Amino acid sequence: MVTTFSPVAVDEPKIGGRGPTIVPPPRDGGWGGGRPEDHRDRLRRYRIGMFFALTAVVMIFVSFTSAYIVRQGVGTWSDASARYVTDWQPISLPPLLWVNTVILLLSSFTLAMAQRTLSRKLKAAPRGGASLEPVLIVNGQRSIPWLGITFVLGAGFLVGQLLAWGQLRHLGIFVSTNPSSSFFYVLTGTHALHLLGGVLALGYAGITSLLRKPLVTRFVVVDVTALYWHFMDFLWIYIFALLHFAR
Amino acid sequence: MSEQHAHAAPTGFIRKYVFSLDHKVIGIQYYFLALVAVFVGMFLSLFMRIHLVWPEANLPWIGHIKPEQYLTLLTMHGTIMVFFVLTTAPQSGFGNYFLPIQIGAPDMAFPTLNMLSFWTTFVSFVVMIAAFFVEGGAPLSGWTNYVTLSAIPSSGPGQGLGEDLWVISIAIFCVASLMGALNFITTTLDLRARGMSLFRMPLTCWAWFVTAMLGLLAFGVLLAGGILLLLDRNLGTSFFVPGGLNVSGNLSFPPGGLNPGGHPITHTGGSPLLWQHLFWFFGHPEVYIAILPGMGVASQLLSTFSRKPIFGYKAMVYAILAIGILGFLVWGHHMFMSGMSPYSAFAFSIMTMAIGVPSAIKTFNWLGTIWGGRVRFSSPMLFAIGFVSLFVSGGLSGPFLAQPVLDIPLHDTYFVVGHFHLIMGVAAIFGIFAGSYYWFPKMFGRMMNETLARIHFFITLVGTYAIFMPMHYLGMAGHPRRYSQLTELNYLHPLIGLQEFMSIAAFITIAAQFVFVFNLFWSMKKGKKAEINPWEATTLEWTVPSPPPHDNFGGVTPVVNHGPYEYSVPGAAKDYVMQTDPATVSAH
Amino acid sequence: MGLALLFIIWLITLSSTYYFVIQKWAPLPVASANGVAIDHHFTWTYILMGIIFLAAQLALGYLVWKYRDRGQKVQYSHGNTTMEVTWTLLTAILFIGLNLSGEKIWAEARFQGAAPGAVQVEVTGLQFAWYFRYPGPDGKLGRTKPELEDASVGNPVGVDPDDPAGKDDVVTGTMYLPVDREAELVLRSQDVIHSLFIPAMRFKQDAVPGLMIHMHFTPTKIGNYEIACAELCGLGHYKMHGMLKVVSQADYDKWLAAKVAEKLAQ
Repeated sequence: MVTTFSPVAVDEPKIGGRGPTIVPPPRDGGWGGGRPEDHRDRLRRYRIGMFFALTAVVMIFVSFTSAYIVRQGVGTWSDASARYVTDWQPISLPPLLWVNTVILLLSSFTLAMAQRTLSRKLKAAPRGGASLEPVLIVNGQRSIPWLGITFVLGAGFLVGQLLAWGQLRHLGIFVSTNPSSSFFYVLTGTHALHLLGGVLALGYAGITSLLRKPLVTRFVVVDVTALYWHFMDFLWIYIFALLHFAR
Repeated sequence: MSEQHAHAAPTGFIRKYVFSLDHKVIGIQYYFLALVAVFVGMFLSLFMRIHLVWPEANLPWIGHIKPEQYLTLLTMHGTIMVFFVLTTAPQSGFGNYFLPIQIGAPDMAFPTLNMLSFWTTFVSFVVMIAAFFVEGGAPLSGWTNYVTLSAIPSSGPGQGLGEDLWVISIAIFCVASLMGALNFITTTLDLRARGMSLFRMPLTCWAWFVTAMLGLLAFGVLLAGGILLLLDRNLGTSFFVPGGLNVSGNLSFPPGGLNPGGHPITHTGGSPLLWQHLFWFFGHPEVYIAILPGMGVASQLLSTFSRKPIFGYKAMVYAILAIGILGFLVWGHHMFMSGMSPYSAFAFSIMTMAIGVPSAIKTFNWLGTIWGGRVRFSSPMLFAIGFVSLFVSGGLSGPFLAQPVLDIPLHDTYFVVGHFHLIMGVAAIFGIFAGSYYWFPKMFGRMMNETLARIHFFITLVGTYAIFMPMHYLGMAGHPRRYSQLTELNYLHPLIGLQEFMSIAAFITIAAQFVFVFNLFWSMKKGKKAEINPWEATTLEWTVPSPPPHDNFGGVTPVVNHGPYEYSVPGAAKDYVMQTDPATVSAH
Repeated sequence: MGLALLFIIWLITLSSTYYFVIQKWAPLPVASANGVAIDHHFTWTYILMGIIFLAAQLALGYLVWKYRDRGQKVQYSHGNTTMEVTWTLLTAILFIGLNLSGEKIWAEARFQGAAPGAVQVEVTGLQFAWYFRYPGPDGKLGRTKPELEDASVGNPVGVDPDDPAGKDDVVTGTMYLPVDREAELVLRSQDVIHSLFIPAMRFKQDAVPGLMIHMHFTPTKIGNYEIACAELCGLGHYKMHGMLKVVSQADYDKWLAAKVAEKLAQ
């Protein structure tokens, strides 16, 4: 989308500038103007948006992390012993979490496969991807419903988390039992809430073909949802590692 | 997520005015939300000023204001003003309306998200106001909401359900702000028109962009803090609440409460300072969010109405960036007396003095812009000049508070209240007024009345100085803040006269704001019709009709050839060159 | 209009500066050792910021009047890098230099603890009063328990009767200190954050629940000094006040002995 200009006199703001000088025209600022936005522009716009949305999510978990690290070390005054004491007693993590982790990692893999399928279909598609053909047919053959599998795996992870919390409750470990349990529930709970949003997005991505959306739209939706999903996966690994190693 | 970017103009009242996706409508919705909020906040402060000097007064309709009610007025005044006025009008109001147009875009990057972020903010406001009407009333723990006053429901009236609603409202506001922030950032990075490079953006756009970055990084921290606080209050966790407390005879909070395991709640080991760290890590960038857009507007107006390019455009950009970055490194200066490590205090104080430098650069550059210019005293310019004066006054009390050793006598006194009111409560508000008078013609196609504007300006300028400058004297004399009356301490008695003076000034200044509101609504219907570019300004919004069509540029994409402040260019036919004027500037 | 602006801005600036200079609402006379240094540093900051205040505001008023539109030619300029760099450096040196010059006072007050031999006082803030506990002849403070805290039975800070060290502890609502001797305060709170503020001593420190915060200062003048609470603590925040009485060492010893005797007689 490069338009050539001949060099023209342009005013560039300069400190102590002396007026118009001949300089090459600046690079295109953005949507290029004059031509309607195509799916590559939309994809870039949504990817940028998702990147910054994830930055905001990172800050929430940075806050929890710093509270977690500080709380482990900070003491509080005990009248009984007339000194500062720390009351940190790490809870043991339910082994089910390992299973859930594997499920989530698997789901990232299946989602990546879904992205690949859709990308292949888009390259092969007539009319630049404006077709409304259901995505499960690639080159006339049925392909594996990767997106559907991801949805199921994602839902499975959430069910697994609920089961893990149930296991802890059964042992009498609740959110208010001790600081370690509080952080456990807060970190895993906030992550699960965000992942639920991802599962809903996957659901929406899955039904875009049913909603007769053009292929390019489906591509953008899946791509951006995948960005979110892979990040949630990475976030889970981080949380799990934090709870496991920084005890 | 699947709408075409250039969507067709909506039809029907609901899609046009209620759930509109048009950034211009959404900007006006935010503006009017802020207008309602500022009047609520202003009336709260009116009752505060009355109670302070006449604590036993029995007011018509409201009756006698009790000390705890004073604190509720104070808490809600601060909260509503900071969140629903200063974070809303300059950024979400004007920014939403004019960022896309000033960069040559047909709308924000994510119009549906934009619409959602407004309505989420609206819900947040409703929840906040609801706190007044629940049992116990609205909270009294200040807009800063320090633990353990905010964490223990029995520590004061209003700290029960009212406080829960406050935290929930703020959490909703955080989500709304994050949605808005990512929209602003994506729009600025991705939707600029051809030729609109970053260093050709008006300073208003730079201000909105950096403000959005601050919001994106800060609001998540407040949200996290709010979640932890709700857990401490309702589920018996101890993130912030330490053990060994005795609140009016209660050792467990809420008294008789049981945690999810069925056991009596025992808090232990929490850190009240953790709340302060989380809150101020958000809170300090928040105050820069409140002032940066006003600085952008001031730069814009000083240049336009002096018919001269802004002095040191690049330095202004670097100053905005420096303020943004340093803004994240100074939060501890709110905590010098908190029990935080004195070594940390030293580090924070150095960073705080450092952040005074870019603010000083901006002030020098504003003065440098006027110098050698041809000043036109239209109403927007009056408020821009007022902004500079107020920013200098409010800013210079900063270096006092930034030094921990001087913070010892001044912390939590009226000196601090004067400092932040002059900057946020007046300078930032002047930024909103300046933007209102400046952009009103573009938004509504009519001019506001200049005579009424001048009356509004002079009374407000003198009035706000009369209210807030004396606060520095009170602070130096040791008058603590958040006191509902001065009757109990002998050394405060000599200061009552000054407080009375401030209250009278407040009554007059509040009255003058009705002149503005009248002017606003009257001019929408009866104002003189505005030309397309009444101020002879150079930026892109002045190239489109007033008000602009649905897609801003009528289907014609702007191409930008000039910087934003090309006034009085030697050899040009007129004393301004629009950003979209042809590349070679002709002499006739 | 330009003249009106100049007049208003100059009037506001000069009148507020006048009241700053004459110190019409003066702080309480300082009565502590490092309070003198704080006031001195305050004055320096005051003068420097005052000069900048006057310069900037008077310049603003002057410039808007001088450059009002009279049809003059405008000097087209995008700025001046040399000036930009110069005033940036000068501002940075001024601000940071000012801060560093005050850090010694901060360090003396806060980086080091109290000297040995300082008078020990435990300060407890609660809604809405201050209590002061002196260790008595044994030099030790007894253990406290939150469930025992009850002002109505004369045990506001919850001294545990089972701890022998607490038998001679003196708890009062008024703080007594001997003049010219360093006092070490340990601040604590029973419920919410309070802040011990003694304006005449230029002393302020938050009392935080869950923390025991050590502070020190040296009163240098005999007299009675009001204590205020300087952190919002609830509906009684405005009336949570106390009194510090600074007396001679002899008077202090007499007072403390009488209080201890009273306590042991109970």
